[in-house]
Amino acid sequence: MRFVDEYRDAGQARALSAQMAALCRPGHTYKFMEVCGGHTHTIYKHGLEDYLPEAVTLIHGPGCPVCVIPMGRLDDAIHIAEQPGVIMTSFGDMMRVPGGRGSFLDAKARGADIRMVYSPLDALKIARQNPGRRVVFMAIGFETTAPSTAMTVLRAEAEGIHNFSVFCNHVTIIPAIKAILDSPDLHLDGFIGPGHVSAVIGCRPYEFIAHTYGKPLVVTGFEPLDVLRSVYQILTQLAHGRSQVENQYARVVPWNGNPKALNAISRVMELRPYFEWRGLGSISHSALKMTEKYAAYDAERIFHIPGVRVADPKACQCGEVLKGVLKPWECKVFGTACTPETPIGTCMVSSEGACAAYYNFGRFSRQRVKEATSP
Amino acid sequence: MTTEPSEETTAAWAETAVREAGHLHRPTREDQVLERIERARRGKARIREELITLAHGAGGKATHTLIEAVFLEAFRNPLLEPLADGAVTDDLAITTDSYVVKPLFFPGGDIGDLAVNGTVNDLAMCGATPRHLTASFILEEGLPIADLRRITASMAAAAHAAGVHIVTGDTKVVENGKADGCYITTAGIGALDRGATLSAASVTPGDAVIVSGPIGDHGMTIMLARGELDLEAHLTSDTAPLHDLTGRLLAACGDAVRCLRDATRGGVATVLNEIAAASRTCVVLDENAVPVRPQVRGACELLGIDPLYVACEGRMVAVVAPHRADAALDALRSHPLGADAALIGRAGDDPPGLVLLKTCFGGTRIVDLLVGDPLPRIC
Repeated sequence: MRFVDEYRDAGQARALSAQMAALCRPGHTYKFMEVCGGHTHTIYKHGLEDYLPEAVTLIHGPGCPVCVIPMGRLDDAIHIAEQPGVIMTSFGDMMRVPGGRGSFLDAKARGADIRMVYSPLDALKIARQNPGRRVVFMAIGFETTAPSTAMTVLRAEAEGIHNFSVFCNHVTIIPAIKAILDSPDLHLDGFIGPGHVSAVIGCRPYEFIAHTYGKPLVVTGFEPLDVLRSVYQILTQLAHGRSQVENQYARVVPWNGNPKALNAISRVMELRPYFEWRGLGSISHSALKMTEKYAAYDAERIFHIPGVRVADPKACQCGEVLKGVLKPWECKVFGTACTPETPIGTCMVSSEGACAAYYNFGRFSRQRVKEATSP
Repeated sequence: MTTEPSEETTAAWAETAVREAGHLHRPTREDQVLERIERARRGKARIREELITLAHGAGGKATHTLIEAVFLEAFRNPLLEPLADGAVTDDLAITTDSYVVKPLFFPGGDIGDLAVNGTVNDLAMCGATPRHLTASFILEEGLPIADLRRITASMAAAAHAAGVHIVTGDTKVVENGKADGCYITTAGIGALDRGATLSAASVTPGDAVIVSGPIGDHGMTIMLARGELDLEAHLTSDTAPLHDLTGRLLAACGDAVRCLRDATRGGVATVLNEIAAASRTCVVLDENAVPVRPQVRGACELLGIDPLYVACEGRMVAVVAPHRADAALDALRSHPLGADAALIGRAGDDPPGLVLLKTCFGGTRIVDLLVGDPLPRIC
């Protein structure tokens, strides 16, 4: 398949593997964070750890849009879904995320009208088809999905559709990375930068990471060779004593981002003073809300949401996993009390969550498999 | 030895000790966590939800838990316990299945031939020759009679092709909005005249894992036919009766055939997980060897769905003793429905109960049961 197979060539991977090993300083270990959940998924789905030098550890960052939604926000969403006449629409990934009173799937089983959609435009279509109902779109995601939410609101305005609103939970990546850099319990040597987010915001916003914090960052695509190449580029920078922002994913990411998408966001949304991230706590200017001008499309203003902060379950260590302090399997409840079928924390729900990726794809001893499959 | 023997039965503890003694490396902390998870997974199925959710119908972990914790608990008997496609008693195989597909008509078939072929295939997977079928209809008020005629015509044609008659049935009509047009339940009996005893538990390390053709055609066709994805591809369902194909395989390989499973809901991945769990073997797949049509692969890639989990309605997995693997492939390929049959992997012994995939990229990963339906990714 074109545009896919050329990024999955095992021969090139082996060559890169050898080059990476040569770049590692003897006796030195390296910790790199892949910020984006899409990268976490790629790493486990293709078994990339088999190719990395032993000195390199990948830390899974906070870039999974589902994983960072705090329980209280989900309870608010379920509260909206249970109001008379409401059709709540959501991406499939959100359906099984546990809140304080169960998940969307549980609320649906209790009778709420919650429908899975593939894009916010599908939600708008449902609003068009059901003029007597109030259709709410559960908007989640980083700068990747925020433009499509914004465009949908603009289209609803242009078409004069008034029974459509957005429950806005969009978050922004830079403040989260900064929070991690400022966190005292974590020492990182470099970053694998998000691909799709950067297609919108470009590469410039990361420059403070290289200049102020002295850490290399390589914006990276989602094919397995993309990820290996970016690790190679980070190791090269470290070997030469450099720290720069590099763009490995130039086939998709323009250096200055996508002004049209950014413009759509800024027409409809503005920064919140602060927003709670699951496990990371409150981070200032880290999320978006609807502007006053679009209040008519803002579910937060239309419905009186309880807005109660719900503490994470005591046993849950999602915060440490999202910050990369703990590997998924180091969490106390990983795989026993917390599994994909009965998740306690959000990291176990989304296919991009570090825990789910490890549980579904990597839950085996590489040593044992090597012994079992070698002749 | 720092694991907790108190939590284990003596036998499992001894097994662990022997295995660990055989290894040169000391178990790392990660290994110990993995052992603990494996024990938790082997424990009794417990259902924690209070209400049925859609995940319970998707064929993955939630379905398994529901079946084991509710149905098996209530109905437990030796015939039911293997939880196979059908039950086998003396010289008869019996099975039943319900069909709730949406849309009712799709490229390559409709709910009618699906309802006949599905039940014919469940009998074929028991090693039986299908004899008689029953059909029950739940019809929604407002369903066009013309649609029902179209459905029954394709059922009749499918039954004729499979050499069975639909010998009894039932009809109920429910109010508008209570069903998606038409639900069909078929049951079937078949004659066990081929002498082979098939069971997932009989799979042993070294056995060859074969799939009868390209996977995922049916599931992807249905997903695209629903029109929710704004994607188009030239795809048709693979719905087909497999009894002739299984007949040819069993005639050629007899007792060397350990187990046959049709890869319906949950796809090849789910079937292989059931086989690995029942036989306590480790199934190792080679991603490069798994046949997937380019259109199916393309659509799956766009949606972030793994074709291994996508349903087929005319494909099966056959596990065959190693010395007859080539003969099995020859027999399957001699039939039009098995023309693209391929050896996709082998059963190994460690780690037991897991399905591993050697990715085309050269890495290794687990292929686990899904919890619910495979969901397209967000971004």
